Amino acid sequence: MSDLVAAIPLWDWLVEPLQYGFLRQAIWVSAFVGFVCAALSCYITLKGWSLMGDAVSHAVVPGVVVAYALNIPFAVGAFLFGFGATVAIGYVKSKTRLKEDAVIGVVFTGFFAFGIVLVTKIPSNIDLFHILFGNVLGISQQDIVQTLIAGVITLTVIFLRRKDLLLFCFDPNHAKAIGLNTEFIYYTLLSVLALTIVTALQTAGIILVIAMLVTPGSIAYLLTDRFDHMLGISIASSVFSCVLGTYLSYHFDVSTGGSIVVLLTLLFVITMVFAPRYGILAQRSKQRSNPIAAEAQGQELSRDQA
Amino acid sequence: MKDMQSTTSTLNITVDDLSVTYSNARLALYNANCTVEAGTITGLVGPNGSGKSTLFKSIMGFLQPSQGQIRVGGFPVQKAQKRQLMAYVPQADEVDWNFPINVFDVVMMGRYGYMNLLRIPSAKDRRLVMESLERVNMSDFRHRQIGELSGGQKKRAFLARALAQEGKVILLDEPFTGVDVKTEKRMIDLLMQLRQEGHTILVSTHDLASISTFCDRTILLNQTILASGTTAETFTEENLAMTFGGLPVSSLRQKSRQSEAEV
Ligand SMILES: Nc1ncnc2c1ncn2[C@@H]1O[C@H](COP(=O)(O)OP(=O)(O)O)[C@@H](O)[C@H]1O
Ligand SMILES: [Mg+2]
Repeated sequence: MSDLVAAIPLWDWLVEPLQYGFLRQAIWVSAFVGFVCAALSCYITLKGWSLMGDAVSHAVVPGVVVAYALNIPFAVGAFLFGFGATVAIGYVKSKTRLKEDAVIGVVFTGFFAFGIVLVTKIPSNIDLFHILFGNVLGISQQDIVQTLIAGVITLTVIFLRRKDLLLFCFDPNHAKAIGLNTEFIYYTLLSVLALTIVTALQTAGIILVIAMLVTPGSIAYLLTDRFDHMLGISIASSVFSCVLGTYLSYHFDVSTGGSIVVLLTLLFVITMVFAPRYGILAQRSKQRSNPIAAEAQGQELSRDQA
Repeated sequence: MKDMQSTTSTLNITVDDLSVTYSNARLALYNANCTVEAGTITGLVGPNGSGKSTLFKSIMGFLQPSQGQIRVGGFPVQKAQKRQLMAYVPQADEVDWNFPINVFDVVMMGRYGYMNLLRIPSAKDRRLVMESLERVNMSDFRHRQIGELSGGQKKRAFLARALAQEGKVILLDEPFTGVDVKTEKRMIDLLMQLRQEGHTILVSTHDLASISTFCDRTILLNQTILASGTTAETFTEENLAMTFGGLPVSSLRQKSRQSEAEV
């Protein structure tokens, strides 16, 4: 009886915020964003494009500012600049002897800095803090529409081209050998990346969107050897973190993007330690039970790296 | 010439004055000339770093040569790709073995060029994939993630993909490296069957002992083509010493200039 009495306030405390329309809305918007990011995340982690994701997310800033100044949808400006940055990266890389990471570093910080300069110069009511860290609790209807459109396009493209994208991540040479247009697939993946970042802009913000693009896929990759399972695990962990993170951020009055990414990171750490096959504990017990095989595997690893 | 070599007949590969430079400005191949005769098994021999993989990748169209021309069955490389004329079995270190994909799906990728844009396999695609797996004795392993295979099984999985692709020309980059003798013997038998069926096969190998057992022709390579012809003519003590003995590149360069001058 006393348990029940104690439980009611707790229940109220848990459920009460869900009466607020703005919070329910923020939760489903961020769940949607989490879904889109997690789907792409599998391709980005397998392709090794995390740095590219980081680059695109920073490069959209001037686009957002220009879009507000010209009074066009922020998604359009953000996409154009994000995708433009990837084209610039490809161009600089093909014209110089620089390594790709240096090129990416130079180009995206350039775009980002230009955006910061614009924000502080062009009079507008853009809150730099909201661009950088997201503001899903205060998201406007207009921004929701743009988020939805960008997300739905992304999901459609991924769904229709999923086989080619996977082949491109796995073995681009084979894709070429059978006459596929790998350049086109490359730019498809890049434009989908830019669109996903546009989708996540309002929720996670520029600084943290890269976590939504890398962490879910990484969690899933540690848990399975099958791509379809990887997709499922990635989406589940991402949507879970987005829903719970948004909800908790209201309760504790902390940054929404921050809470989501903290939860994702927690999931990652748990996975990294406890994953049944590729977790730290599993690897360690495998080594202990079979030192010879472990040594052979270690040698193989170092050979792979050589 | 172009139409004479239809897809039913055998196809040759011609490499004409090929030079390849990587982005670090090092010349990996220069003035390479050779012909892989149609319907033969041709062995490609040279020390590590001599440009075997570079030659393969040029023929397959994976990299852009700085100079020269390559034709497969009379077609430029891009046309040959579109027509599914060439299949490639990569060197082991070019594959991400931790990729979450199983053997069946890898072999199915050999069929993508025949499918519509959504890459939905037809009954024929499935049948060809199963038959290809059967031929390399890998049917039982089709649900394995590719990293869970032995060295020989890995090679056979990618060979099955080449079979599923039904390319008339098959290039294999060091297929016997890390493979036990028994598996090597079986793969060689399969290559000889494929030759019988009219495939043209180019295979690089370090197993010099087995070359004369199955290669009709041999190409010796060390940054340029040093010798090529029937195995009996080419695979001589003297030529091997030249290929592996480490003649300074300058003398090789001179040699290739001379031969150019003779032409
Ligand atoms: N991607 C690359 N970038 C720069 N140099 C390369 C690259 N691939 C190969 N090389 C260089 O080109 C030469 C030929 O390499 P490769 O064709 O792989 O030889 P092989 O297959 O006969 O061992 C080597 O000196 C190698 O270091
Ligand atoms: Mg090689």
